[in-house]
Amino acid sequence: MSDYNSGYNFGGGASDMGNKKQEVMDKVRGELALANAQELINKINEKCYDKCVPKPGARLESGEQACLSKCMDRYMEAWNVVSRAYVGRIQRESAGQYGGAM
Amino acid sequence: MSAQNPQMQFNEAEQRELAQFLEAENAKARIQQTVHAMTDSCWDKCIFKINNKMDRSDESCLSNCVERFLDSSLFVVKRLEDLRSSGI
Repeated sequence: MSDYNSGYNFGGGASDMGNKKQEVMDKVRGELALANAQELINKINEKCYDKCVPKPGARLESGEQACLSKCMDRYMEAWNVVSRAYVGRIQRESAGQYGGAM
Repeated sequence: MSAQNPQMQFNEAEQRELAQFLEAENAKARIQQTVHAMTDSCWDKCIFKINNKMDRSDESCLSNCVERFLDSSLFVVKRLEDLRSSGI
């Protein structure tokens, strides 16, 4: 009995190989997307708790909940602003290397 | 190990494609990590009040924060090079 690598169902046959490659690529993309989402959630929890629940009470008040909601939206917007600024800068820097005096 | 189990082996073209794909995904992941770190730091520097909508001053503070951070990094690198080339 052959020992197959767990997580990948290798059926065998040439026509299967194209699918296996896609499977691997999809799995990698999925894992990276998940890791990114987890990082974002952790940051939101940390920052929004700090901003919205400065004095923790006996329960989460409705005002605090509303703040947390808005804070999540603001943080994700901030992430997008930062991402656009960073990617834009990288593109400008690399364009400069080829367009400048070299 | 893949030689013993040919069904687990990708052909050369596919291996090259996968290697390139992984390289590209790694580069994207590194960028996203940097964005996380910068958002963390710039949020603290720029966002004080949680509003219903992000206003222009917050947005430009965040943009500036990113640009200045990168300027600072370049400055530090350049100064280190200057120090090195002047024999310190």
